[in-house]
Amino acid sequence: MDRREFAIKVGSPAAFVVAMFALWELVCRALAVPITVLPAPSDVFAALWQYRAPIAANAVVTLWTTLAGFLIATVFGLALGIAVGWHRALYAGVYPVLVGFNSIPKVAVVPVLILWFGIGEVPAVLTAFLISFFPIVVNVATGLATTEPELEDVLRALGASKLDVMRKVGIPRSLPYFFGSLKVAITLAFVGAVVSETVGANRGIGKLMLDAQAAFQVPIVFAGLLVLAVLGIALYAVTAGIEARFTRWAFRGQAAH
Amino acid sequence: MAANASSASPTLVRLEGVSMVYGRGAGAVRAIEDVSLTIARGEFIAVVGPSGCGKSSLMKLISGLHPPAAGRLEVEGEPVRGPIKSVGMAFQNSNLLPWRTALENVLLPLEIVEPHRSRMRRERARYRERAQRLLESVGLAGFTDKYPWELSGGMQQRTSICRALVHEPEILMLDEPFGALDAFTREELWCALRDLQAERGVTVMLVTHDLREAVFLADTVYVMSSRPGRIVMRCEVGLPRPRDLEVTYTPQFQEIVHELRRRIGLRQH
Ligand SMILES: Nc1ncnc2c1ncn2[C@@H]1O[C@H](COP(=O)(O)OP(=O)(O)OP(=O)(O)O)[C@@H](O)[C@H]1O
Ligand SMILES: [Mg+2]
Repeated sequence: MDRREFAIKVGSPAAFVVAMFALWELVCRALAVPITVLPAPSDVFAALWQYRAPIAANAVVTLWTTLAGFLIATVFGLALGIAVGWHRALYAGVYPVLVGFNSIPKVAVVPVLILWFGIGEVPAVLTAFLISFFPIVVNVATGLATTEPELEDVLRALGASKLDVMRKVGIPRSLPYFFGSLKVAITLAFVGAVVSETVGANRGIGKLMLDAQAAFQVPIVFAGLLVLAVLGIALYAVTAGIEARFTRWAFRGQAAH
Repeated sequence: MAANASSASPTLVRLEGVSMVYGRGAGAVRAIEDVSLTIARGEFIAVVGPSGCGKSSLMKLISGLHPPAAGRLEVEGEPVRGPIKSVGMAFQNSNLLPWRTALENVLLPLEIVEPHRSRMRRERARYRERAQRLLESVGLAGFTDKYPWELSGGMQQRTSICRALVHEPEILMLDEPFGALDAFTREELWCALRDLQAERGVTVMLVTHDLREAVFLADTVYVMSSRPGRIVMRCEVGLPRPRDLEVTYTPQFQEIVHELRRRIGLRQH
């Protein structure tokens, strides 16, 4: 049974990816698509290998700006989420502002950030942060705000302080929401970092792709895309793993119903 | 415990002309109007009445979660000014924490109420033992390490009642605790509650829609009218204890149930 599970969970996506690349290669060769329009996977992998050093260096930059922005977003989002979920007045006041802020396309903010902090990694980190903290705040606040009032009565009748209620019920309850939002946030942070790099930066995969595009080095552009895809999947997988590790009870609960 | 509890002051809770209001100004809702009653130490009272008449509100009032708008409310001779700690509550929904096992759920009040709270760390083993025994006494011996979703509805409700009792409160407040259960499980739990109360001599306030449940379990049944809630009848159930489920088929029992039904009025069918 474990083997079957494994075949389905790992084998079938792997087969699918290989098939996709094979089809892509086939189409490019059969139709003789020019390399400047759509390079074949073989060209892309060749470019990836040839420029592995600069690609790796730039990938590291994108990775750390993403993670830095994500980390700030996690700390800030958790703190603001708890504050907002704690106090109804704060919730009422802050929520519309957050929604308004969140509806601004973050690309539009990047020029402002560059104006303030100059070209470099800081705008990328800040964009990653700005784009990714919102789901964390909303999820944490929702988790706290939906504590059953009867359960709160049970505890308050025992003389529990607001802090006790938070510690014993609110925070454990909102953990699945929090970890769930991390999956969304890491993806957004990654998008934010790359967008910022393509608007104005010295380094990073986004910048590398921009330069390659200007020089008509199309295989490098695609190599960049490939690296982004792999990084994105890896980041998502790590946060999903953390989620499953820390909120097992929520998953088990669902499985039983 | 039962013996020395009843030898202290016989009146535990006293309400005199108490009313209660939700909200303020034009939108205010009068939930309870001019209620007077006393609950003796060790007494088992049941409160019945139509939906929305203020039964749950009466519970909130006595436990100090909501202040009275008028009248006097005393517990143990002291006016109530905030949550009284000597109360344990359970509701129709068991409200167990899904990330804790049954045993850990039962331990929750001990992590909050003094003096257990400060002793918890040092005497954890002893407290676990206490919770374990309590769960065993309601027939959950093999289920203490199960998570709530691994328990049936009736088992969850038993756990919830154990949680309400573990810190040995003066008053146990139960708001339709068996409302969501099937008839057989419900009768089983009546007996479990009857035995717990007999053993511990705890004072119980039970809110219910089920008149048979009220008459079977309680010493005194109060009937409330619809909004704003007033007490329209006080009925002492004279049935001798210990009561067996058989008693529910006796004419005497039926007579009391019918009398209550008449007083609740219009809604009979
Ligand atoms: N938090 C609240 N805010 C405002 N009004 C409330 C609140 N809780 C209850 N009420 C009102 O007070 C009245 C009594 O409510 P309560 O919950 O005490 O009724 P109940 O007798 O327990 O009803 P049920 O049998 O359906 O549980 C109702 O009219 C209800 O609308
Ligand atoms: Mg109610």
